[in-house]
Amino acid sequence: MTLSATINHRFPGFRLEMDFEVSGTGLTALFGPSGSGKTTCINAISGLLRPDQGRIVINDRPVFDRAEGLNLPARRRRVGHVFQDARLFPHLTVARNLDFGARRSSNPPSAAERARVIEMLGIGHLLERRPATLSGGERQRVALGRALLTKPQLLLLDEPMAALDQARKAEILPHLERLRDEARIPIVFVSHALDDVARLADDIVVVNDGRAVATGPVDEVLSRTDLLGLTGQSEPMSVITAEILRHDVEGGLSELGFNGGKLWVARVDGAQGDAVRLRIAARDVMLALEPPQGISATNQIAGRVAEIRSGPGPYCDIRLICGGSALLARITRRSAERLGLGPGREVIAVIKSVSVNRRAGQGPALNRPAG
Amino acid sequence: MLGALTPAEIEALMLSLKVASVAVIGALPPAIAVAFLLARGRFAGRALLDSLVHLPLVLPPVVMGYLLLVILGTKAPLGAWLNETLGIRFAFSWTGAALAAGIISFPFQVRAIRLSIEAIDPGLAEAAETLGAGPFDRFLNITLPLALPGIVAGAITAFAASLGEFGAIITFVSNIPGETRTLPLAIYTAIQSPGGEAAAARLAALAIALAVAGLLLAEIAARRVRRLSGR
Repeated sequence: MTLSATINHRFPGFRLEMDFEVSGTGLTALFGPSGSGKTTCINAISGLLRPDQGRIVINDRPVFDRAEGLNLPARRRRVGHVFQDARLFPHLTVARNLDFGARRSSNPPSAAERARVIEMLGIGHLLERRPATLSGGERQRVALGRALLTKPQLLLLDEPMAALDQARKAEILPHLERLRDEARIPIVFVSHALDDVARLADDIVVVNDGRAVATGPVDEVLSRTDLLGLTGQSEPMSVITAEILRHDVEGGLSELGFNGGKLWVARVDGAQGDAVRLRIAARDVMLALEPPQGISATNQIAGRVAEIRSGPGPYCDIRLICGGSALLARITRRSAERLGLGPGREVIAVIKSVSVNRRAGQGPALNRPAG
Repeated sequence: MLGALTPAEIEALMLSLKVASVAVIGALPPAIAVAFLLARGRFAGRALLDSLVHLPLVLPPVVMGYLLLVILGTKAPLGAWLNETLGIRFAFSWTGAALAAGIISFPFQVRAIRLSIEAIDPGLAEAAETLGAGPFDRFLNITLPLALPGIVAGAITAFAASLGEFGAIITFVSNIPGETRTLPLAIYTAIQSPGGEAAAARLAALAIALAVAGLLLAEIAARRVRRLSGR
């Protein structure tokens, strides 16, 4: 399944020139600062905005082609669109909101499909309620269900968590992970929150000033130091895919392996061999020239400096290559000079903290190694 | 209370209710259409349409009645044509009174409906579109139900205004007992006739009671509708 989009649109004082492609069934993040054109892009794909120029193709089916005068109305594009503000119909119950699309579809979901979506989003107890009585997180889950029940070929999520506080966000994140793993359709997720992107996305399109400046797998793009000005100005981080090697039940720990080393983290739910995703903040990585002795941190990964780039304030960002993985470290420029770091230098990365979430969609866990 | 009224007075009351009901119901569809155009439409002549709708508010009702007489009177071309080909006669008939009341109260309906349409998040119609709803579907199933509080409020205000209409009715369709003599016209007639003070007082009390009942009804209806539309 693929989405390919070339979108040129001009607003007073702003110009959108997006060109990108999404394939597979995973989650692709459109990441960029507010006002960079992400929502315009999403609206053009779903058909709510008619771009000045361009061509949009979903699964080999053109839905917009300016050159050929084609502009399929939004209702015929089979694209699910979830808005930042949910946009549930206030005069209808949750059940009638959910069924709004299905009642208008030539290919409505079966009762079993409907039940599965309701179960997956945990909204079964809300069906007779009105939107006004729901919390922000519940509204977004209903909006997700409403979009899914149209059986879309592509799902667009426009900052579905931006209007939620941390608690509500924590409530909806596991559902998004489950959706990503179970829905079997490509999802395009708009966000300006790096942590959400690092946690959820398989691929990322970095948008800045109306253009797609980088596209690729999230671990690769986030470790590109040339993009740090856009992706990690405040909190650069590395994303690494790992698998569960074994559990130490007595110690309450799990050992994870990735292409580049092994890590001990607080007990992770899952069986041996399950894939997990690690997020490691660059600030939580210390560098040493030799394996440090008598230190509480147990996680030490050998790597080679690939690149050093000046960061904000006194800091610099260092990209390490550890086996087949990239790891970012943010240390002060003074420390880098003191250690005499430069490209090619072998170092030991001491990792203070790792965030782990299961690829198959378990709850979040911030795992501090016991050390 | 009705027992204290003479048959002629009851006739005036019933006629008033009939004229006002027909005026409000007849004007409702065009009022919704015009309100939707004014709230959501972007077209040349929008300002002109807006002023035209509000004309009955600022024009003396007598002038409105005169204009109707000139356009739809039995001797006027349009009035004569309607009478001969379709058998519709407005002049000197209760339907003419309803037409006059409907036009006079039209701005009240349009204003209330327009305000409630403007208060609806346009994003809801967009969401409905991504869920497969076409333009008429969106209007019928999203806009209209959400505008219901405004529609009810507008209808009640317009009903009250229609009940009280005097100038346009007496000018256009005259003061015919049983045909066009509505409550205000009956009060006027009673005041004009010697010894009619008691009748005028009774009718005035009736008009006041109707007005209060209307206001109460409006409040109850607004509450119920708000609950129904989930606001």
